[in-house]
Amino acid sequence: MQRQVALIKQSLFDQGYLDEQFIELEELQDDANPNFVEEVATLYFKDSARLISNIEQALERGSFDFNRLDNYMHQFKGSSTSIGASKVKTECTMFREYCRVGNAEGWQDRRGPRRLHVGPSNTGTDQ
Amino acid sequence: MATTSTSTGDIKKTKSVEVKKKLNVLIVDDDTVIRKLHENIIKSIGGISQTAKNGEEAVNIHRDGNASFDLILMDKEMPERDGLSATKKLREMKVTSMIIGVTTLADNEEERKAFMEAGLNHCLAKPLSKAKILPLINNLMDA
Repeated sequence: MQRQVALIKQSLFDQGYLDEQFIELEELQDDANPNFVEEVATLYFKDSARLISNIEQALERGSFDFNRLDNYMHQFKGSSTSIGASKVKTECTMFREYCRVGNAEGWQDRRGPRRLHVGPSNTGTDQ
Repeated sequence: MATTSTSTGDIKKTKSVEVKKKLNVLIVDDDTVIRKLHENIIKSIGGISQTAKNGEEAVNIHRDGNASFDLILMDKEMPERDGLSATKKLREMKVTSMIIGVTTLADNEEERKAFMEAGLNHCLAKPLSKAKILPLINNLMDA
């Protein structure tokens, strides 16, 4: 089981979903904080779900409030950076750029018809 | 306590990577993940911490004049009151804690300079790590 987990983790690194910041998190886990990585990951998924829901609601309203969307993406990028979710961080950077230049088409093209999702089975936006 | 060890012949030296005295830290950030990460970093180097969700909370914690932190880790972009405004206000309130601003790589030089001029002792880019923060804290504490 541990070997399976190790292989999955390595695969996430190899595919660029995780970066060295995740190793920093693992190094903070010790006997005093034996579940630290799990706690941080759980917080991240919970927070991400909230942010994504806010973003989806903002997009469903039809008009693009770029300031609001940028604020959500800023938060999402910050927590993704801190946990080492590299691909999510990159996507957030891209979306923030669209907000900066007011590119609604870019947002829609990049997001597509799919809904954004971050969860235990994915560590980034659906591809 | 994390340690690194080197051995010279039969003598094993252990280098502590804790700060030299117990730090009392205020962590100011609107992101729950980042607050948890920074809390754990401070704990791992032997410090204790309290958190605030934004600059306004950080200022309110100091209003009665009884707050006494060795160090404040201040995020830059936050709702209600951002890090720059909170730092300026804390300095106006004669708060003498060391304040380290926490910026992102997206912040340009002018933005960082403005943040420093608000009253920071130093600025670090996210994500923070034990390796980034420990030498800085020890140097600042020795000063």
